[in-house]
Amino acid sequence: MGAFTLWDIVRNLLLAGRWTVALSLIAFIGGGVVGALLLVLRLRAGPMLTRLIGAYVQLFQGTPLLMQLFLAYFGIALLGVEVSEWTAAAIALTLYTSAYLTEIWRGCVAAIPKGQWEASSSLAMSFGEQLRHVILPQALRLATAPTVGFLVQVVKGTALASVIGFVELTKAGSMMANVTFRPFVVFGCVALMYFLLCYPISLFARRLERRTHVHGR
Amino acid sequence: MSTAAEATVATAEPHTAVGAPIVSITALRKSYGENEVLKGIDLSVLRGEVVAIIGKSGSGKSTLLRCINGLEQFQQGSLTVDGKPLLYESAMAMRALRQRVGMIFQGFHLFPHLSVGRNVMLAPRLVKKRGEAENIAIARKLLERVGLAEKFDAMPDQLSGGQQQRVAIARALAMEPAVLLCDEITSALDPELVGEVLRVVESLADEGMTLLMVTHEMSFARKVSDRVIFMHQGRVHEMGPPAALFGAPQTPELKQFLSSLQD
Repeated sequence: MGAFTLWDIVRNLLLAGRWTVALSLIAFIGGGVVGALLLVLRLRAGPMLTRLIGAYVQLFQGTPLLMQLFLAYFGIALLGVEVSEWTAAAIALTLYTSAYLTEIWRGCVAAIPKGQWEASSSLAMSFGEQLRHVILPQALRLATAPTVGFLVQVVKGTALASVIGFVELTKAGSMMANVTFRPFVVFGCVALMYFLLCYPISLFARRLERRTHVHGR
Repeated sequence: MSTAAEATVATAEPHTAVGAPIVSITALRKSYGENEVLKGIDLSVLRGEVVAIIGKSGSGKSTLLRCINGLEQFQQGSLTVDGKPLLYESAMAMRALRQRVGMIFQGFHLFPHLSVGRNVMLAPRLVKKRGEAENIAIARKLLERVGLAEKFDAMPDQLSGGQQQRVAIARALAMEPAVLLCDEITSALDPELVGEVLRVVESLADEGMTLLMVTHEMSFARKVSDRVIFMHQGRVHEMGPPAALFGAPQTPELKQFLSSLQD
């Protein structure tokens, strides 16, 4: 059974790695959109809705992603709706990511001095105009580092999707380890691939941050 | 282009005639929870009038000013500016009112991510839909007017406090307000920078801008204002021309307040 070359291992892992990338992208985009929506709602809403969104954030921050994946996979099935591991992973990761992102961004918006809201209000700008032209450009600079830091966590977090049978990088790794009997090599490759995914993101963030700093302050 | 370049400061004429009331406040009451900070204010300010509001901290003077453009909500009473009533429920009405009222803050509050020119042009572009060429011309004119023509492309943090405050004045004027509210605009400045800001305010007063200012600069209030209001414990306690108010205060509270400023 020594028929597996290193290239075979790497090729199989790369193929599975596409699903890790796809899951990460779904989490970024889905979580980003839902997170942004929740942020705007939170800035505008009355105390009732604010508390509701706060509870949502606490719920997803206070439970392991692993449980959220299980619940999405088995819980939705209990309602009589058949979900693929794809859908379940996408839903769980989106909700999880949105809860963290909305909280990170809320903090960044809250860090903008109240005077910026008041000055733009007194210039007759609407809420949307204030957000778009005054508050968000400043909050964005603050948000870059924590947002990217969290996105790196999400990339690694997609590994958990393997528990509901989703064949992504980690799952493919354990399958390869089983057939090749070379777990150290296989998981070494898996780790390297995660690193190759995450490192450029961090690098990009650092560049982005430096650039906005020169302009901003 | 030429019309824009020739635009003077107050290009949009207020609807109110000169000498008629442009701000009318009746029976205004405002409280934070149990704590009533404005206990029934009646005040009308005529167009072109310069009103200085003085008083101890906590007397409600800043709160009153902030009620006039809706930054603070009041519970009772009514308020109109240049014929526009203050209605919190209506975003449209608030937007209309705020276009008539400019405000300058103690802390400047320039937008730090935008250049000086962009600070001045942002609101006119968004709210008044002013075209780019006209907007630039007016912004340059206004910056020249506050003595900062060469700072058009500078970032706010490259300016001194006095310069930042003058940009804030230009930014407020770009919206062509009928009334300008000044909330302790020199209190955050180093003493040597106060003069340059007050000179700009004085020139606005000379041009007939309606000004309401909360100030600690008593000599300035005395020199520039037509009327001084002394606020005490949420009420207009004493009111009159500066010579009378400073020269012959009637109430013991005002006497005490003025003498406390001496030392």
